[in-house]
Amino acid sequence: MQYLLLIHDDEKDWEAMPEGAQNAMLAEYGAYTEDLRSRGLLVGANQLQPGSTATTVSVRDGGTVVTDGPFAETKEVLGGYYLIDVDTLDEAIEWAAKIPSARFGHIEVRPVVMRTAEVGA
Amino acid sequence: MQDAFVRAAERWPRDGVPASPGAWIVTTARNVAIDRIRRERTLARKTELLGRLEGLAPSDPEDEDAVIPDERLELIFACCHPALAADAQVALTLSLLGGLTTPEIARAFLVPEPTLAQRLVRAKRKIRDAGIPLRVPPEHLLPERLRTVLAVVYLVFNAGYGPPVRRELCAEAIRLAGLLATLMPDEAEVHGLHALLLLQDARRDARVSPAGELVLLDEQDRSLWDADEIEAGRGALERALALRVPGPYQVQAAIASLHAEQETDWREIALLYARLATLAPSPVVELNAAVAVSMADGPEPALRIADGIAGLDGYYLWHAARADFLRRLERDDEAASAYARALELAPSDVEREFLRGRLSAT
Repeated sequence: MQYLLLIHDDEKDWEAMPEGAQNAMLAEYGAYTEDLRSRGLLVGANQLQPGSTATTVSVRDGGTVVTDGPFAETKEVLGGYYLIDVDTLDEAIEWAAKIPSARFGHIEVRPVVMRTAEVGA
Repeated sequence: MQDAFVRAAERWPRDGVPASPGAWIVTTARNVAIDRIRRERTLARKTELLGRLEGLAPSDPEDEDAVIPDERLELIFACCHPALAADAQVALTLSLLGGLTTPEIARAFLVPEPTLAQRLVRAKRKIRDAGIPLRVPPEHLLPERLRTVLAVVYLVFNAGYGPPVRRELCAEAIRLAGLLATLMPDEAEVHGLHALLLLQDARRDARVSPAGELVLLDEQDRSLWDADEIEAGRGALERALALRVPGPYQVQAAIASLHAEQETDWREIALLYARLATLAPSPVVELNAAVAVSMADGPEPALRIADGIAGLDGYYLWHAARADFLRRLERDDEAASAYARALELAPSDVEREFLRGRLSAT
């Protein structure tokens, strides 16, 4: 089963971190990603540019509405994600807890809807 | 909150629990009559439900009898999965493993029936769609998960223990604890919880007067205690202690067992509360330790302990305990104002009635 692990954190935490701590965290992320990859559980992962670069788009009455900023203005914003393939929610929770940002922010674990065609492919 | 209160109420040795005896006597009689029928029906329904929950993996019909016990254990761990909200855990456990219907559970927890039905549908859907496993958790997850399962069963019991008493919930909790003890015979705390529930339940008929009033433990008619259930509870406690892995449920069961003696050994109970305070620290446990000390060594050291507990200022039993110690020290004015404070904070009319009685006696 695939799970999307959404990393929500406060960008100010990162900005306030001394460079040494930032480097240590990046190294930790690298090791975590490698751990997932080597076990064959990693489907995809990306870090996102800060929330200040976000643009929100909607279409109403045939017109496209474009606004600056993320969809929900919250203290913690979506900063990145992992897409993993594990057997159950228990494993997904364990991997979510190992994400370095789980110690500062929150990881939302979302099961992915697997369409029959995609599962068969 | 209610959980903490009910536990305290039970351990508060001079307390009793109010109820509407008429209602629960009827319920008890009815339950006895339909329990057996219901259980058979329930099991068939649950097995079918489990099949539907799993969707893709129907069990082998040839081998159905053999797999039922393990399925139930797996099911209870799924129902009590930490990814489900606490109220959903309780509702699911009662619905899938208990013998209660949705309207009965809704009534017991004072939730509108559609709300509860929706809660159940949502929780079952989450089990299926979020990949909550139907399995006994692996070794490294087991201790934490088992704690949740036991807490859910105890919560069900406490919800039934009242006030007000809802007999069917207590019976279900005991049945679930017994089932767990059969399925996980090597887990000491499972036997400990089973023992605790049996020993508490054994005093049910003596806890309420015919008029529905509180009966203090030392004023209870002990001939109304259920001797068979006390015996069963002590048997379960022995099985727990033989495994030599101490835990808070076993200590509480040991305390309940001492309360079920003809002569209460308050010194031993005070020691057990001290032990409980190290295993499961909480201000309510400290308060109970103070009450036991008051019975073993008198009100003076007990008042010192009670006054040293932080964080219970909004808790009516803390004020009631202090009031009792002060009354026995003949500090009547202070006792009266402590009773008055307890009265303000008491959660229901029955407790207020009880406290008023104490207040006028001061």
